[in-house]
Amino acid sequence: MVSEIFLYTGIVFFFSASLLSLLKRLNPLVYILSLAGSLCLAIVALYLLFAGPQLADITLKLSSIFEFSFGGDALSGLFILIISILVFSVSIYSIGYTRGMEKKGLMGLLFNLFVLSMYGVVLSRNIITFLILWETMSIVSYFLVTFERDDKSAKAGLVYAVMTHIGTAFIIVLFLLLYSYSKSTDFSDMKAMASNIPQDVKNIVFIFSIIGFGTKAGIVPIHTWLPRAHPAAPSNISSLMSGVMIKTGIYGFLRVGMDILGNGPEWWGITILIIGAISSVLGVMYALMEHDMKRLLAYHSVENIGIILLGLGASLMFKSNGLYTLSAIALIAGLYHTMNHAVFKGLLFLGAGSVMHATHTKNMEDMGGLIKSMPYTGLFFLVGSVSICALPPFNGFVSEWLTYQSLLLGFKNPSIAAKIISPLGGAALALTGALAAACFVKAFGISFLGMPRSSHAQDAEEASPPMISGMAILGFLCLVLGIFPGTVSNIIAPVSFIITGSYGMPSYSGFIFVNENSAGLSPQFLLITMVIMAIAVLVFIYTVGGKRKITIADSWDCGIPSLTPRMQYSATAFTKPIRMIFKRIYLPRRDLSVSYIVKPFFVKSIRYSGEITPFFERYLYEPGVNLIHRIAVKVRLLQSGSLQLYLGYILITLILLLVFGS
Amino acid sequence: MEYLQFLIIIILSPLVNGIIKKLKANMQGRVGPGILQPYFDLTRLFKKDMVVSHVTSWVSRLTPYIVFSSTVAATMVVPVVSNNVAFSTMADLIAIVYILGLGRFFMALGGLDAGTAFGGEGSSREVTVAVLVEPMMMLALFTPAISAGSTNLLKVSGQEVALYTPSHLLAFSAFLVAIIAETGRIPVDNPDTHLELTMIHEGMLLEYSGRYLALMEWAHYIKQMLLFTLAVDIFFPAGITSSGDPLSIVISTGIYLLKVLFMAFLMATIESTRAKMRFFQLPSLLGGAFVLALLSLLSYVMMGR
Repeated sequence: MVSEIFLYTGIVFFFSASLLSLLKRLNPLVYILSLAGSLCLAIVALYLLFAGPQLADITLKLSSIFEFSFGGDALSGLFILIISILVFSVSIYSIGYTRGMEKKGLMGLLFNLFVLSMYGVVLSRNIITFLILWETMSIVSYFLVTFERDDKSAKAGLVYAVMTHIGTAFIIVLFLLLYSYSKSTDFSDMKAMASNIPQDVKNIVFIFSIIGFGTKAGIVPIHTWLPRAHPAAPSNISSLMSGVMIKTGIYGFLRVGMDILGNGPEWWGITILIIGAISSVLGVMYALMEHDMKRLLAYHSVENIGIILLGLGASLMFKSNGLYTLSAIALIAGLYHTMNHAVFKGLLFLGAGSVMHATHTKNMEDMGGLIKSMPYTGLFFLVGSVSICALPPFNGFVSEWLTYQSLLLGFKNPSIAAKIISPLGGAALALTGALAAACFVKAFGISFLGMPRSSHAQDAEEASPPMISGMAILGFLCLVLGIFPGTVSNIIAPVSFIITGSYGMPSYSGFIFVNENSAGLSPQFLLITMVIMAIAVLVFIYTVGGKRKITIADSWDCGIPSLTPRMQYSATAFTKPIRMIFKRIYLPRRDLSVSYIVKPFFVKSIRYSGEITPFFERYLYEPGVNLIHRIAVKVRLLQSGSLQLYLGYILITLILLLVFGS
Repeated sequence: MEYLQFLIIIILSPLVNGIIKKLKANMQGRVGPGILQPYFDLTRLFKKDMVVSHVTSWVSRLTPYIVFSSTVAATMVVPVVSNNVAFSTMADLIAIVYILGLGRFFMALGGLDAGTAFGGEGSSREVTVAVLVEPMMMLALFTPAISAGSTNLLKVSGQEVALYTPSHLLAFSAFLVAIIAETGRIPVDNPDTHLELTMIHEGMLLEYSGRYLALMEWAHYIKQMLLFTLAVDIFFPAGITSSGDPLSIVISTGIYLLKVLFMAFLMATIESTRAKMRFFQLPSLLGGAFVLALLSLLSYVMMGR
């Protein structure tokens, strides 16, 4: 009962925020209302996760089929919690970020509708509600992608709209398939009837759910909309899109592929594991070559979705072999990473937003030295970077460690295929981790450290206090989710119980322990030890060395006076070795044209341009698009523009219908 | 008492480096510096004044402490001479690799902080080597972990199998290559050079002086000995005592030191007999090691040992 009150209050907050946003003078109030709404929904989420009686279904019946139905279980609860965490901090950030923005009224309206539709998606209890809200979410986010009216955003919006609708088409088909067996649009009825579905149909539904929800989540190779759309949107929205919108894809997959369908054959898990491994490695590899800060982060979302899928794949594999405890552990790993990714990717996008706000550029090659002018943004971006690289004691580390454990436990599966593939998934994860570290050394090192590479970076100013507070909350959560892994896994455990029937592992607030292979982890211990050691060594230094003078001088310049910013390592140079080593994947292309005054001694100018081949766009999508273009040209013959001809078509259709219809 | 066994690594790690240098010198027909030289170097550096670039930020001032304290934290969970480790449940192989990764991450950032080309070059190469080494090292650790049924180092070192199963032998060879790469030794990196074009590790440290440099160097020695310890714990675990009486601890300390000496000898031999590879030939070496690690896994899956 209490949870319903909070739910309604939250919804009222969001709706009033969207209405108020039309009055531009009340801009901060809009985000304060959405902040309050997210708090209410967070309470609902905790009810769903922990209170025994679940949210009663709220139905709005319009006709026998067409009815809205909302309700939730622990799985919805977890995703509501994740969305709420991010909406809370992004709302605070937006108070500062939207100040001075043109069209801030529209932004406030779309922001709130977007958030509401995401909440709606995870609270939907039947097909109709789900699909309508899923579409609302896609369309509202389309308007947010094209919010900045320029060609690039329009193109990104088009790609996004096309791909997300292809995904939706698959989702509609899979729901229709399920409906044809369950004869009910309700999710819980579908789950109950799932055992009647023949295995072949189940397989098709499963594959469609990978494609349909995978498009939203951004798995390789259907990720191509993601690095276009996320950077095009304003940064507070990119943060929500990357942090939580793509997670609704994960939610959908969990709901259909793991909750409704129930147990499947082992190859389901293996497929997901392989998709996860490919997405994570390729995602981070393309991220490494991006020097546009937001595109880089968008590619990292592809990577992290891959890591989440590694956990889910392992979970599916265990589940099909009846190892339910292990399955729960792997699922917790995946969901833990889902939560972590929302937090640190949200943080990083907010950081990127602050940087863009201050420097008016997304290109890292024009940044540098920002940590001096933007100390707080720098600090929180560093926290986000360390977290996303899965380095202890921050949150990414715990979930990746759990993913490693579940992959190694994959050896307990009976089949040889699972035994070999799961450790290889672990190796892929290690490669991903190392590449991510390389990428964020670049992202942070080139943009925040060193000397400013342009006047924009030189004149950058720190973000406004609300923006800093938004980042601070998420940065703090990165640490909290890292050092209290037991608490977090307790929050996730109810979800693993409804999907796998097991709570996974015993957990204590600062400590997780996997009984099955007696591996334990306590980042808290690590943090404390490191702090103690740092203090101990500080004391040691002063006892041995005493107080010494520190001279401030120039960097080492090989005796040539005055280093200029142009002599620094650039982002392109930094990633060159990796580009060379993995040239089979990147297919790099470079053009060098030199014009001479006197050949070959006096050079007038050198032009260098280099790029990597966007493999999937060129070899997968371009042929498809070209084919459609060719067909469209043929179809145009029918479309002459003459009204008589069109009337003729109608006549012919009518006759055909009369002939064959009777 | 046994809880302080990590101090052995911290205190003796400069000595091990001195021994390797001495062995190398002898193999190359030189006299070489004394084996205590690293201690003198560290003390001298601790007593020196520092020069800090005005371009740098707090990141490079924090880095030495993070590098040092994270490396020490990793040694605290490793069984050195006794199985009674202070935080036995945390003695996790994967965690150790990631803790070392934290140090590397900050070291690479420190390289970029001063805005010089050498620092950037060093960082760029370091992260590239890490990209090639990390999957291989993980895979090499997976085989012993899987055969022990746990990534907990105490479980791994507690199993009776040692080097004489094919899978362990293959994993050991791969891990050896990983150690060479991680400690910046020939043929991957040259620890003795400050020639700009070849250095990796030293390039990142170029802007550090005085006590910061001392901390970074010391951390590097500790990391080297930690990796030796990991190798002997995993692949030649015999001799680690689990009882607490002084005699058995003395004996196991002796055995441990012999094993570390063996590793030092191995490193010195490899460094003296190999030439440094060109940077872009590294993928073939490290890729080869990856194949070894993979074969080790396959051999364990197929043959069960």
